[in-house]
Amino acid sequence: MTDVLLRLEGLTKAYPGVVANDDVSFDIREGEIHALLGENGAGKSTLVKMIYGLVKPDSGTMTLRGAAFEPAEPRAARAAGVAMVFQHFSLFDALSVAENVALGMENPPKPRDLARQIRDVSETYGLPLDPGRTVGTLSAGERQRVEIIRCLLQNPRLLIMDEPTSVLTPQEVEILFETLRKLASEGTAILYISHKLEEIRSLCDHATVLRLGKKVATCTPADATARELAEMMVGASFETPQKAERPLGEVMLDVRGLSLPAPGAYGTPLREISFQVRAGEILGLGGVAGNGQDELLAALSGERVTAADVIRLRDRPIGTMGPTERRALGVLSGPEERLGHAAAPDMSLTENAVLTGARRMGLLSGGFVNWTKSKGFAEDVIQSFDVRTPGPGTAARALSGGNLQKYVIGREVLQSPEVLVVNQPTWGVDAAAAAAIRQALLNLAAKGAALVVISQDLDELMEVSDRFGALNEGRLSEIRPVDGLTVDEIGLMMGGAHDMEVAHVDG
Amino acid sequence: MLRLEKRPQPSQLWTVVTPILAVFLTMIVGGIMFALLGKPPLEAIKVIFWDPLFHEQFAAYSRPQLLVKAGPLILIAIGLSIGFKAGIWNIGAEGQYIIGAICGAGVGLAFYPSESVLIFPAMVLAGAAGGWAWAMIPAVLKTRFGTNEILVSLMLVYVAQNVLISVSSGLLRNPEGMGFPGSRNFKQWDAAHNAELIANTGMHWGVVAAFIAVIGAYMLMSRHIMGFNIRLTGEAPRAARFAGVSPTRIVFFCLGLAGLLAGAAGLFEATGPAGQITGAFNAGYGFTAIIVAFLGRLHPVGILLAGLLMALTYIGGELAQLMLNLPGASIQLFQGMLLFFLLATDVFTNYRLRFGKKGLV
Repeated sequence: MTDVLLRLEGLTKAYPGVVANDDVSFDIREGEIHALLGENGAGKSTLVKMIYGLVKPDSGTMTLRGAAFEPAEPRAARAAGVAMVFQHFSLFDALSVAENVALGMENPPKPRDLARQIRDVSETYGLPLDPGRTVGTLSAGERQRVEIIRCLLQNPRLLIMDEPTSVLTPQEVEILFETLRKLASEGTAILYISHKLEEIRSLCDHATVLRLGKKVATCTPADATARELAEMMVGASFETPQKAERPLGEVMLDVRGLSLPAPGAYGTPLREISFQVRAGEILGLGGVAGNGQDELLAALSGERVTAADVIRLRDRPIGTMGPTERRALGVLSGPEERLGHAAAPDMSLTENAVLTGARRMGLLSGGFVNWTKSKGFAEDVIQSFDVRTPGPGTAARALSGGNLQKYVIGREVLQSPEVLVVNQPTWGVDAAAAAAIRQALLNLAAKGAALVVISQDLDELMEVSDRFGALNEGRLSEIRPVDGLTVDEIGLMMGGAHDMEVAHVDG
Repeated sequence: MLRLEKRPQPSQLWTVVTPILAVFLTMIVGGIMFALLGKPPLEAIKVIFWDPLFHEQFAAYSRPQLLVKAGPLILIAIGLSIGFKAGIWNIGAEGQYIIGAICGAGVGLAFYPSESVLIFPAMVLAGAAGGWAWAMIPAVLKTRFGTNEILVSLMLVYVAQNVLISVSSGLLRNPEGMGFPGSRNFKQWDAAHNAELIANTGMHWGVVAAFIAVIGAYMLMSRHIMGFNIRLTGEAPRAARFAGVSPTRIVFFCLGLAGLLAGAAGLFEATGPAGQITGAFNAGYGFTAIIVAFLGRLHPVGILLAGLLMALTYIGGELAQLMLNLPGASIQLFQGMLLFFLLATDVFTNYRLRFGKKGLV
């Protein structure tokens, strides 16, 4: 247990304008689950990319079981026994599980042997998976199992997992943790990257905390509180958003029996979704990615239209209206995908302000854009939401993800919506900025707006919402008050562990 | 080792520099080609770029030709560029140009020999409407059935060419033309003649329309919300939908406007420099305008300059065939190089060249 598997000494990697890793050293021992903790942009990804041979360090050394370890490419890292499960899956929707696994192997065995191996591994580690199924039909949790099994077939000494639980229900997280503990007990070391503190406290033996590219601490997470870990990560204490007591007003948004066919081959159809949101209320909608979140936002924003009566604003049917008309009435939205959906990448921030603010902010006169006024609105957003950018003339794609997120949310909030629908409002944003965005959403509700917050971050939903519902395969669960809701109940609302029943039959 | 690195924002400098660089590279490589053909390269380039405007013997004839040729190119390219900005690839301007000319000429000839002052304006309107209608075919098919506008608009060019051959020896044939194909000559009918407005400048109503189109397109694209929506559709279709832009409306607007301008250009040409509708009156302006649109960076002012440059290489090319016995194909090759180098250098607007070892992200 105490032998050092991988030793990192003084690893440094600089990119133009930023030092991603600065003199990082720590040890990963055989059979331990080691957490790598840090905010977005702290250098976690760069560090594991160096271990996996995707990036070459500028200086510093790595030693694997006493021998120098300098992987020039991922293939070399895999040969040395390092495997990695990425946050974003690299799977082909149209191919079967076995075919996808074979594509990632150096010398794939015959299809029949491979299918047997996949079954063996999936049974041994409690990861139910049918090798013959098409990946396009799998849930996110099952897709992750494909990636994990692909790694396990190589008998790795070190398994790197990048934010593995962001796509899982609480029940699926438990299954994953069981698997990881079993692997660790057999001697495989696991480097576990996350910013979810409770998970790390329950799963990991040691944690290395990175902040701005530097190692700031190594600790035993079970001995620290989540608050302490968070402060190590952020480097300062920050204010938790405050939920003020809000009187609930009239019903603002009323959705009754919203059904829409899937937009594409692997999209999700919406099935009989009904809910109401009152003035001053925040409805939180959870669920694993790909269960109808994008589709619901498109239906509420007006990008896809429905029958008039299905969606009502203050009892006025708005289902047939497009985004422009709905905006005029005060129904605003913020989609999940920042670049290309909420904002046009190559256009300036001023132009992106016109994108949704044109009419509501009075930026048009006689069909002509008043660019001076538009620039003023863009500057307002930049200032109010602390967007770090040289100015409103900057192209949207030049902003970091978090800054652009602040910009697109701020753009909607400053237009004083009556109803605001946002999907993943703090995705990829650092903790302090996320807290600021959540506070802005709470303030908006306090002023009497009705909010629908769609998110995969359960902590976020618990923090801001008054009532909670979950999307599962395009259906909306029963909606319940957040107070008194337990994690188990939430997990069941999200659909429990996907396809566990199937697994029992197979097993 | 060389590698390309994406710029955080498109470079303003390179947007302006690339067309100039492309012209220079074309001169160099074209010069090499002329040298291989056994012609003096510097002389050839001088004949193409300088002599049309300043040669003491030919310039008097060729200088007005500059505006005559540039006018329709600019007018058509302006219409195309707006569609290209939205990602709508109308390749069939040549067809819209032909049909515009036929419709406009047809309306005029129906009133022959009236000398009313309303004849010419009516012909212009009919020409524009004809081009618009021809462009509506790919627009309707695209929005209704999801067909590809590139293929449909291109194939309609060949249809239009056959219609042209048919009407010039049938419906619109000059009854007093002794049986030769071709319509009446508009140059001999004052009410329908698109004459030079200022003698020996080549300036006719089509050139005026082109200049107005340049200003109009500039206002539309940089100031009006419609222009903004068009750019948005081209750059980020999902964001455009989110903003509330209807893709169908954009398709109709862009194809319609391009057809309108191409049709008008056809009419101006048929009643002016060409003088009559014949089976071969169209000179490929509709296709060359695509090059002009890109050479001008899809920007109205750029298109104005690119149209003039392209017209210059046309006239200079003819002059070079005449004076230096250069083969016609080599001139076309020379013009092709211009587009090639423009697209090749365009990469530097969005990428910068880095020397050094390749690094992974």
